[in-house]
Amino acid sequence: MKRGENWSLALLLLLAVVLCIGVPTLEAQGKEQVFPMLCYRTGPYAPGGSGNCGGWEDYMAFLNTKGGVEGVTLRWEECETAYDTARGIECYERYKPHMIVVNPLSTGITYALIERATRDKIPVVSLGYGRADASIGGDIFPYVFPLVTNYWSQTAAKIRFIAQKEGGEDKLKGKKIALLYLDVPYGRETIPILERLAERFGFEFRGFAVPPPGLEQGAQWVDIARRFRADYVINRNWGVSCTVPLREAARVGFPREKIIGVWWCGSEEDVRPAGDAATGYVASNFHGVGTDFPLIKEILDKVYGAGKGNLEKERVGTVYYNRGVVHGIVHTEALRTAIQKFGFPITGEQFKWALENLDLTEARLQEIGAGGFMPPIKTAPDNHEGGGWVRFQQWDGNKWVSISDWVPPYKEIVWEEINKSAEAYAKEKKK
Amino acid sequence: MFYRETGVFRESYAADMALFPIPLDRWGVLVLLLFAILGVPYLTSQYWMGSLIIPFLIFALSAQGLNFLTGYAGQLSLGHAAFMGVGAYGAVILYARYGVPLLPSLLGGGLIAAAVGTLFGLPALRIKGFYLAVSTLAAQFIIEWVITHVKWIGGGVFATIDTPPLRISGWLLDTPVEKYYLTLTIVVGLMIFAKNVVRSRVGRAWMAIRDRDIAAEIMGISLFRYKLLAFAVGSFYAGVAGGLMSFTYYAAANIEEFNLLLSFRLLGMIIIGGMGSVLGSFLGAGFIVVLPIFINQVLAAFGKLAGRLVTTDLLANTEFMVFGALIVFFLIAEPLGLARLWQTLKNYLRLWPFPY
Repeated sequence: MKRGENWSLALLLLLAVVLCIGVPTLEAQGKEQVFPMLCYRTGPYAPGGSGNCGGWEDYMAFLNTKGGVEGVTLRWEECETAYDTARGIECYERYKPHMIVVNPLSTGITYALIERATRDKIPVVSLGYGRADASIGGDIFPYVFPLVTNYWSQTAAKIRFIAQKEGGEDKLKGKKIALLYLDVPYGRETIPILERLAERFGFEFRGFAVPPPGLEQGAQWVDIARRFRADYVINRNWGVSCTVPLREAARVGFPREKIIGVWWCGSEEDVRPAGDAATGYVASNFHGVGTDFPLIKEILDKVYGAGKGNLEKERVGTVYYNRGVVHGIVHTEALRTAIQKFGFPITGEQFKWALENLDLTEARLQEIGAGGFMPPIKTAPDNHEGGGWVRFQQWDGNKWVSISDWVPPYKEIVWEEINKSAEAYAKEKKK
Repeated sequence: MFYRETGVFRESYAADMALFPIPLDRWGVLVLLLFAILGVPYLTSQYWMGSLIIPFLIFALSAQGLNFLTGYAGQLSLGHAAFMGVGAYGAVILYARYGVPLLPSLLGGGLIAAAVGTLFGLPALRIKGFYLAVSTLAAQFIIEWVITHVKWIGGGVFATIDTPPLRISGWLLDTPVEKYYLTLTIVVGLMIFAKNVVRSRVGRAWMAIRDRDIAAEIMGISLFRYKLLAFAVGSFYAGVAGGLMSFTYYAAANIEEFNLLLSFRLLGMIIIGGMGSVLGSFLGAGFIVVLPIFINQVLAAFGKLAGRLVTTDLLANTEFMVFGALIVFFLIAEPLGLARLWQTLKNYLRLWPFPY
């Protein structure tokens, strides 16, 4: 045998031995609530994933310095998914015995986990993303929670924001709104609701598809700027394709102030590569950005001051970091609600109850230092979204500046669509 | 000393044509099969079955389909994940919308994938090698686009069809054990068929085409028939694997799972496992699907020992690096794949303890 083969056989034997090693278990010590977290610090969306997990963990570390939630310390364990669905399922199955909630941070993993988690009675929280029709909760999606706001609410809020900028909803008539979307299901998700809104308000809507991965958008922008002559463009991309519209718009001379990005295209990592071309770009968000909030300042002081921070200090206050803090706030407040009602320890079902009876008022947010940081949320068994409020920010070349207050969506239209879609899902599933 | 053929007397044509002529081989495979049927559900947990063994079996099946196409017939294909997607949607549509029973709808999904695969295999009659790879790459994108945009297939704006509860003539399959048995039965059945196909006239024709297609044509092997047959059979396996995936693993048919990255992973599976070998499909699937989890566990154990020195993103990135390094190492040590390594080991054991 060749020498290399000797080594490889030895390695294979070693791996076979490793195979017999069991999976390390996660036992809670004392009054401790364990949160297994599905994260992606590698892979194509690592900046988003690392920021999100980092912010969330920092918030939990901060709460621990104040004695935890109702006297229960928080512990977390990360499981790397690299945004891959198979890894996400494996992480979920591995940590299932210790989970009271699962947060996939990925649409693909969420879809794959809906059936499993519903059977295992563990709520799936898909904060700020899909699936939008799960907002209806109830019997159809009992364990899925697209909290704070979903894509359809976001789209409706965008139209309301444009109406505000134009000076009233009647001014929308005759305007041209283009949706530049990545040609995957995520990108096409908001087309029906935009068509409904176009019908209602009389503006002209057209969708411009960009084939994935979306690095070539020149033709679409010539179309949008010269032929269609859009008044506003909604930028619905993801990952690397978020930056391209800014450069292309600069090239065809389309004003960046009229481009409104979705919140997965509204972070520092998306605009910095475009340099000057990005100045003036507007993006939507469901939380505040920057470090100018009492809560963020306290985290910097107590957590980073003690050297226990999860990320580099410069990333505190960035969009994804703050989004992670929102995740942390929502989960810990739900935990507090659950412990107040059921005592400790909590099961997945009890946590689901807490998520359905979450009432995060403005007063409570002020109390924890998050006043103006995130919108108030009030969920119900048939409303797993809890609000749908959105705000808008603009890139000034150096940082994001908030340019609006909380903008509500058009609830009737959004919920009509949600009901329609959920009924179709129920019919398919029951067959 | 082991695996020797001396002392093995075959006294009938059936014994001569057996799949595993050497007794040690035959017993080994039987023991493995018994362990898979009886041992795995009782000795391993739901986690192992549901998230490690079921995807391992499904990807092994799909890799075998690609092995037919690339390993035996020599037709390089980069669109295999798309054929899995066709099979997935076909099976779920037949099962959910038309009420076809479970097993026939899996078969139907496979046949639909075979038809689509044959269609995209037509360029193979004119082009070879890298050029064929590009045209199958086109298949990947075209099929993804069609499934996303044609409402009748994709089912609305999410382009995801959820699988209704699995029922085989009234029996509800909802535990991981039952889903594991379903997957195991189908995969074992199709792999036995695969082992026979590659020894048959069809398999030999494929190998002749791979080695020198002009000589094969001169000898009278119809390139048209056998190349298209390779695409058809390979895509059939991919389609059944895709159907199994959306029935037992994802519980939904979602085209974003069957993307270009998966096509590359499948190609990686057969290259590392061994092209042109049924065992190679299993080994390659195990390497790519299951090994990263173990690297993750070993590194996590090291990480716990090192305490706060090791951050979570360092662990995640190290896992990537270790996995890549292992691929490079194995391919340098044995370019023909892990199956070849196994064969070399068997040859060594045959002579052991003698050196030659």
